[in-house]
Amino acid sequence: MPRVLLIEDDPSVREGVELGLRRRGHEVRGAATGEAGLALLGEFRPDLLLLDLMLPGMNGVQVCRRVREDSQLPIIMLTARGDDFDVVVGLEAGADDYIVKPARTEVIEARIRAVLRRIEEPGAGRPAVEFHGELAIDRTGLAVAKSGVRVALAPSELKLLLHLSAAPEQVFSRQQLLEHVWEHSYHGDARLVDACVRRLRNKIEDVPGTPRYIQTLRGFGYRFGPL
Amino acid sequence: MSPRRRRAAEAAPLTRPGADRGFGGLRRRVRSARSGLRTRLVVAFLLVAALSCGTTAALTYRAARNAILEQTQDTAVSHFRDQIQGLDLQLPVDPNSFQLRLQQIARQGKPRPWRVYAEYGSMRLSSSTSPTSSVITSELRRAARGAPRGSFQRVVGGGHSYLTVAVPAVFAPAPGAEARPTGLVLYAVMELDAEDANIRAMVVAARDGALPALAVALIPALLAARSVLRPVRDLRRAAHHVGEGRLDTRIQVKGGDELADLARTFNASAAALEHSVAELRAAEARARQFASDVSHELRTPLAGMLAVTEVLDEDAAHLDPDTAAAVRLISAETGKLAVLVEDLMEISRFDARAAGLHTDEVDVAETIRRTLLSRHWTDPAQVVTELPTGIRARLDPRRFDVVVANLVGNALRHGRPPVTVRLTTEFRAADLSSWLVTEVADRGPGIAPDVLPHVFDRFYKADRARTRSAGSGLGLAITLENVRLHGGTVRAANGPSGGAVFTVEIPLTGGEDTA
Repeated sequence: MPRVLLIEDDPSVREGVELGLRRRGHEVRGAATGEAGLALLGEFRPDLLLLDLMLPGMNGVQVCRRVREDSQLPIIMLTARGDDFDVVVGLEAGADDYIVKPARTEVIEARIRAVLRRIEEPGAGRPAVEFHGELAIDRTGLAVAKSGVRVALAPSELKLLLHLSAAPEQVFSRQQLLEHVWEHSYHGDARLVDACVRRLRNKIEDVPGTPRYIQTLRGFGYRFGPL
Repeated sequence: MSPRRRRAAEAAPLTRPGADRGFGGLRRRVRSARSGLRTRLVVAFLLVAALSCGTTAALTYRAARNAILEQTQDTAVSHFRDQIQGLDLQLPVDPNSFQLRLQQIARQGKPRPWRVYAEYGSMRLSSSTSPTSSVITSELRRAARGAPRGSFQRVVGGGHSYLTVAVPAVFAPAPGAEARPTGLVLYAVMELDAEDANIRAMVVAARDGALPALAVALIPALLAARSVLRPVRDLRRAAHHVGEGRLDTRIQVKGGDELADLARTFNASAAALEHSVAELRAAEARARQFASDVSHELRTPLAGMLAVTEVLDEDAAHLDPDTAAAVRLISAETGKLAVLVEDLMEISRFDARAAGLHTDEVDVAETIRRTLLSRHWTDPAQVVTELPTGIRARLDPRRFDVVVANLVGNALRHGRPPVTVRLTTEFRAADLSSWLVTEVADRGPGIAPDVLPHVFDRFYKADRARTRSAGSGLGLAITLENVRLHGGTVRAANGPSGGAVFTVEIPLTGGEDTA
């Protein structure tokens, strides 16, 4: 069962979420501050970080950036306000998904599962490593390299790239991507997709402003290529 | 199930055409009043100027004319009298020598030669060819007989004016005795043409002076009208601004006249109005901020509670019945409270105008199907759909989902199934616009007419006795705000065959571009 690190300053929320997730079999550790949470990372080695954005001292966005500096740990933001600004800033900082508080444990767990779920194995007869231009995508090893240099991608970024590149030149709407990559079964927030595409472009495109790999089709969505 | 809480309101267009008409009318009235005022002021000023010019000219003319005429007639009368006194007459007179004498007197006339006539009994003699003159009136003849010192009269005849003087000849009086008339009366007739010409010249001079003076008076008249009208115009403009909502409008006050007083009063009133409006707005903002803060504050404890409701639900089975019931109640109400707080937060965002539109081009039928699917409203006995394929629109999918879900949820709660969701497009020839029309109809009893205008009000309860329903009481209010954000309208009505019909109309060619 996944190990979840929860950074949340409010004791009742921390206890409630810990209790709920533990009941569902997760191993949960709670931290009240960003600093304490970062200190726990090395020792606890979580599979996923549940991160409150409003924290005393070091705030959630700063924690998120710090984690992203050297780790692809999946991050789900907990936002108490659900305000547009928080969500956008959190997604830009590298969070993979977000949950608006208050949320039921089943919702939290479903998001955790979705973020942690590995992309489906490539079909038979498909080579393990595909080459698209300078990009090398290893579907089994779940690794991406550009011009022979490995690119560190957050889970959502990797899943988005794998999904798009599995069907080059096919256009996916934001809603379709939300369903396949984030597993949002209802009408999710298209900004998740847009923010993830922006982050992915910054990492794999030569010029992020004029993308080659992840192309926008105005009014329809995104597609991979044509190169 | 009776419809205990329905909220809706005609999403009436917010602009009232009447308001504009009112302002236009006011403007027209003010303009005509202003030009009327200006005309009246200028005319009054010119009338005063004309009156004073005219009076002065008339008085000067009269005085000058009298002076000219009096001087002439005094000279003429006294000179004629002197002539007559110097006339050494022997009665009865000899007509021939007397006529010569008369001609002599006529030549010596002052200030100009005159014609001299003499009347004695039936004898008529004159210095000219005609023995009598038509301008000597019987009135003068009568006066001459009664005034031994002589009398005169001004007569107008044949386009000329004449001075006629009559002096009776008297016997040389003995000292201390009264002079006796001899019965001989001498008349002098002098044309007053030179004097008339002088007087006419005076009239011309007065006229030529007064008319330019009046024309010149027009300039100060206009200036005066302007100085009076400028404050009036400022006041009108300021009042118009205040009417438009610019409450910080003030007038620059100059001087201490009545208009300045009026301007000061206006400024004071505007300041008072601005102050009260600011207070009202601040109070409203505080109330909204309070609602927003309360919902924020409620969220954190709710987040903890909601995370453990599952634990309560699962373990309730193992508890004794009373505790189990209590635990289930807490769990269920926590869920409702969370929905309520969520809806309050959403409304607060609309109030703070912080709600944004994140549009995407979507297949509308597909979007509605997903909304129904995710709420498990898939049973045809519950929800019937008429969703033509191929309608694409630029919408905020999350907000449109809320709109459809709230309307269908409301119809299922308060109406009777099956609920029909119908999607159409409409082209309006009037302004060449295309609209996306979504209709949600139920088979229930419909909405009472007195409730209809209030169905979109927040927490509106059709029946005060029933206090709570399954919804938060904000669902339709949120629907209304979401539709407005899309530039559309939503209205509630009763269908022709009974049942409530909610119609959402969203422009197909509007909305903010984010892709």
